[in-house]
Amino acid sequence: MNVITDHLPEFGSGLLLTVELTLLSLAGALVAGIVVAAMRVSPVGVLRAAGMAYVETLQNIPLLVWLVLAVFGLPEIGVKAGLFTTAVVVISLYQGAYTAEAVRSGINAVPAGQGEAARALGLTFTQSLRLVILPQALRTVVQPLGNIAIMTLMNTALAAAVGVVELTAAANRVNLAEAQPIWIFVAAGLAYMALSGVVGLATGTLERKLAILR
Amino acid sequence: MSASRLLFDEPGPRARRRIRIATVLAVVAALALVGLALRQFADNGQLAAERWRPYGTWPMWRYLLEGLRSTLAAAAVSIAISAAAGVALALGRLSPSRWLRLPCAAYVEIVRTVPALLLVYIVLFALPRYGLDLPLFWKLVVPLSVSNAAAFAEIFRAGIRSVERGQLEAGLALGLTRGRAMRLVVLPQAARRVLPSLVSQSAGLLKDTSLGYVVSFAELLYSGKVLANYNHLLIQTYLVVALVYLVINATLSKVARTLEARQRTRPSRAVADAVPAAQPTT
Repeated sequence: MNVITDHLPEFGSGLLLTVELTLLSLAGALVAGIVVAAMRVSPVGVLRAAGMAYVETLQNIPLLVWLVLAVFGLPEIGVKAGLFTTAVVVISLYQGAYTAEAVRSGINAVPAGQGEAARALGLTFTQSLRLVILPQALRTVVQPLGNIAIMTLMNTALAAAVGVVELTAAANRVNLAEAQPIWIFVAAGLAYMALSGVVGLATGTLERKLAILR
Repeated sequence: MSASRLLFDEPGPRARRRIRIATVLAVVAALALVGLALRQFADNGQLAAERWRPYGTWPMWRYLLEGLRSTLAAAAVSIAISAAAGVALALGRLSPSRWLRLPCAAYVEIVRTVPALLLVYIVLFALPRYGLDLPLFWKLVVPLSVSNAAAFAEIFRAGIRSVERGQLEAGLALGLTRGRAMRLVVLPQAARRVLPSLVSQSAGLLKDTSLGYVVSFAELLYSGKVLANYNHLLIQTYLVVALVYLVINATLSKVARTLEARQRTRPSRAVADAVPAAQPTT
């Protein structure tokens, strides 16, 4: 067990980076997801097609390929951003595709009468989406969004493969120095479990507060 | 497109004009993005024909397709293992015996909250220290199977629970043991119902094989890395790799969607057959 206490700073900073990556990516994914979902239900055909192309392209190429392409490819075409920033943007865009699908299913679950009522009041498309449909849609997809949050947490580990020293990479580094793999990797695993436990609890609380009983 | 009718009616003249304006703006924005990207490529000399020409030649493609073959092999083996383990775990989690139920539930809950990459690192760096040094192929397949078994287990469990209780009870009433009733009556129906989810989970697993990049097992992404180190066409190589993944996975998701749509429109043959039989014969 000593290896853990000896290397607490490394584990701590790795854990912190994992949490930062997860939270920032989730925020980005939520924004991207809502925008893309709105595009996919809009009356403008081009926007619908673009939204669909976005979801298909992002979901059908592995995240690791996106990360490698962005981290090693972008500098080649003169786009230079920090490693952490690149990782956050890529994970946000990737999870954004999944978020968009979740939000869209929420939009489809809103009773048609709500949209009709909004239009009868004279609200435009963006107004009815923003004021009537989305607030209801988001409340019905708390659980799916919680699953996406856990998926994001798992996926931040992939940033380790391109050089971000988050929790998984930190554990690996400590192991290379100390060569006591069992304790080190078990500790990292427990940390991930604790984090997803927190996400699960938060989702449950939010769900109880927000869910609409139909 | 009936779902998207939720937010707008048949457009009138003013709405049509607005839609036209939005279309033009969207197209202009898209073209501007593409133009910006192309300018970045051109400014850094990445558009030069000789940087793309290698991907019109067979040797480059042969190397990448060799990688694709390994990707598909790793995915197929891993799908087979994790689907089999998934069935076992799902049955264990639904078993009446607590000594089976608890370990299976614990496995699923634990593995679902540990990143696949951490499992890969354990197989890569921890197991060799305890004298278990697997061949490269298995260093990729084992962690992927371990982590996806949990996902498959949850899919199968949902499927089994969706089969009406009466099916199992009817099997038991016919004198089948619990195991045989599960195997002969419940599981075939459950598997049918979750087929779309199984296909999309398999597509997800295929994406996970890109972890071969970490293991240095020569699947598609790692082959791309080796190739890029050799020909120094980094962007071009990874773009081609991404395109190959896109084609393969888009096909798989299309299959999953088709299966799902078919299940929704047409009740399974068993149900269709059962309906006329249920009509009272006068």
